[in-house]
Amino acid sequence: MAGPAEAPGFLLSTVQKGVNWARTRSMFPASFGLACCAIEMMGTGAAHNDLARFGMEVFRASPRQADLMVVSGRVSQKMAPVLRQVYDQMPDPKWVISMGACASTGGMFNNYAIVQGVDQIVPVDIYVPGCPPGPQSLMHGILTLHDKIMKGEIASPIGHGTSR
Amino acid sequence: MSDLPTDTDTTAADTVAAALDAPNPVRALLAVHPDASHATFTPRVGPPQDVVSVSVEGYHELVAGLRGIGFDGFVDLCGVDYLRRRPRFEVVVILLSHPRRRRVRVRVGVPADAPHLATISDLYPGANFYERETYDMFGIVFDGHPDLTRILMPDDWEGHPLRKDYAVGSVPVQFKAAHRAT
Amino acid sequence: MSDTPNLVTGDLETPSIEPPAEVADVDAAAGRRRRALDLWMSGTEESAWLQGATAEGAQELLPAAEDPALAVQRGTVVTDDFVVEDTTDEDQRQIMNMGPQHPSTHGVLRLQLEVEGETIRRVKPIIGYLHTGMEKTGETLTWLQGPTNVTRMDYLSPLHNELAFSLAVEQLLDVAIPPRADAIRVLMTELNRVASHLLFLATFGLDIGALSMMIYGWRDREAVLGFFEKVTGLRMNHNYIRPGGVAADLPDGWEDDVEEILTIVPQGLAEYEELLNDNPIFIDRTQGVGVITPAECQAYGVTGPNARASGIDWDLRKVFPYSGVERYRFSVPLGRHGDTYDRYLVRVGEVKESLGIVRQVMETMPAGDYRSEDRKVTPPPRKRIDESMEALIHHFKIFTEGFKVPAGEVYQAVESARGELGVYIVSNGGAKPWRLHVRGPSFAHVQALPAMMTDSLVADVVATLASSDPVLGDVDR
Repeated sequence: MAGPAEAPGFLLSTVQKGVNWARTRSMFPASFGLACCAIEMMGTGAAHNDLARFGMEVFRASPRQADLMVVSGRVSQKMAPVLRQVYDQMPDPKWVISMGACASTGGMFNNYAIVQGVDQIVPVDIYVPGCPPGPQSLMHGILTLHDKIMKGEIASPIGHGTSR
Repeated sequence: MSDLPTDTDTTAADTVAAALDAPNPVRALLAVHPDASHATFTPRVGPPQDVVSVSVEGYHELVAGLRGIGFDGFVDLCGVDYLRRRPRFEVVVILLSHPRRRRVRVRVGVPADAPHLATISDLYPGANFYERETYDMFGIVFDGHPDLTRILMPDDWEGHPLRKDYAVGSVPVQFKAAHRAT
Repeated sequence: MSDTPNLVTGDLETPSIEPPAEVADVDAAAGRRRRALDLWMSGTEESAWLQGATAEGAQELLPAAEDPALAVQRGTVVTDDFVVEDTTDEDQRQIMNMGPQHPSTHGVLRLQLEVEGETIRRVKPIIGYLHTGMEKTGETLTWLQGPTNVTRMDYLSPLHNELAFSLAVEQLLDVAIPPRADAIRVLMTELNRVASHLLFLATFGLDIGALSMMIYGWRDREAVLGFFEKVTGLRMNHNYIRPGGVAADLPDGWEDDVEEILTIVPQGLAEYEELLNDNPIFIDRTQGVGVITPAECQAYGVTGPNARASGIDWDLRKVFPYSGVERYRFSVPLGRHGDTYDRYLVRVGEVKESLGIVRQVMETMPAGDYRSEDRKVTPPPRKRIDESMEALIHHFKIFTEGFKVPAGEVYQAVESARGELGVYIVSNGGAKPWRLHVRGPSFAHVQALPAMMTDSLVADVVATLASSDPVLGDVDR
């Protein structure tokens, strides 16, 4: 696998571009809603905001078929192992968007029950701010992720698809 | 206590029958519950609320009596931790009478050294989850409850979070990536 | 004012109590963080904690022979349901797990189902996967910050949460609310009910396979959310209704926006009724499914549209009116059968009634102030802050220290989109609540799910669950 140090040649870089393009255009999010942000996430997928424009309106029911996890809402101590398990079940390459203040930092719930940032449990690619972030914010986060994937390697050392 | 039956040797059944006719059934019922005290609270919004304070021993019987005089709806059960007061805990039950359009609030103090209370989930199945929540959050044990396990917190959780001597558990905000993935 | 004035401050013992065990608990918090870190470091291998937390625990279904909850579930109130006779041994049954991550669970609810073939024999809802500790956090926030916290509980009807909390605080404070603030509150909460029920239609349609309902419901809800954003600044979690009134007056031209909602939503609603009401597939999947009787509703604390679908004529807006909602004419739609279909019909009816209330509020909106004149709870007007230093200090004090609320305890309930949403507050006379408890309607509804689902079919689980419309933020808080 071509690491960052040794730049791939013409052929490989073209293949890489093609693969990355394909990945961004058919990204399937896991249907994994937690709290208020999940409502906005579903709203993003629905008619008004139409996530289908970016080829990702199909929220997969099974994590085995998904490659993007949108952690939409507060993660409680009880939910954390479940979330990790869902993440582990997703096939590589996979990406995680931490949607909203609670998922990113615990938000206003700085207490015993909430994991203070989902990045303690799973690696996060994009943080979307807001409480809850509007559909436009989430879409911006998704487009930023697309950007990141387009610039990234096909295979990274830890297999998450993006360079860290 | 003006609307109480004056006859001193009334039986419990008579009292219940009288309570059903009385303008304030809760107050009339208390004739057979000497350890309970009563106050009526008229809020700015909403109906007058009867507040009954009762001892741990008389609690189940009182709730059963309330059920008997038409408080058919279960609304709420929660705990309060007063920390420095004796008894330290209080369990607050709110019941509703649909035909009379009244709510009654039953308050029972529970001591910290023996936080035990009889369950009312045999009278109101709806109390089941609420009692489990109160057990989970305050550590008050409801004797006779069919399934007294933690409900909101994980099974292996230590402590009862809503007690006043349980810290909020806040984590200081970190502005740097303290545990950065490589 | 309060029923027992000396409630918290009275009969104090000598304060010989040991200091709160802060130190030990900070260690516990650090321990939990370490556990979270363990998870993170563990990669794809399951750590010991992970195994422990996902294996069978005390909260899960016991073997049927040892399950004392079964008698309660079956025997005490379930007297009139069709109970299928036991035909097979217990080893013929299997336990299925549904959730907490499941596309049709309306949040992170977990159901354990014991099935015999296609028939469900026992159900146990396992909750707490969204437990946020809001009641604890509420004890650390001032009275004015409180709505920020409670609005995130039932995130589909946030304004009802704020209203219940604000009404409770106002009762302890004993402040009067100007008529315009009351009218704005009714307007916003009724619109919120419309938005919530539209979302119910969307998710209910999605769950029983009427996928186009999903798209339609969200589309119409956006109209209401756009108005909310204009008025409150946010689409959800508004923190708009506060003790003492509302946060801001309605913007100019709000009548036009409301008029637009009043045009769009009924049109859409007529379409959906045409699509669903007589649809044979829809009827087959909903009629006679997930029945709950009036007696069960009362015993389990089921309220709101779910209880009214069983024929209980009980609407807090009618029986214990608040915020002047009794001034408006509306009727309470009732069902007869208590099944999934009636729960759908009742909600559709409620949307229409709520729109009627919204129109009446719009036509009779009183002029005046949008928050209380009581300077104790209301910050001074912006203009005064430039002129007077006292006003500036006052403003600063209200938002940093907060105002004090007399000692006492109060229970105040409003009719949210789901049912009786009650707030029980204990104040010890300080600037923060001593205890904040929220009686969420969904908590009781999740509890009543076994009564609805026992001895029904596996395929009906999702329809029953969706029709009872629980919001897990409201259940777990």
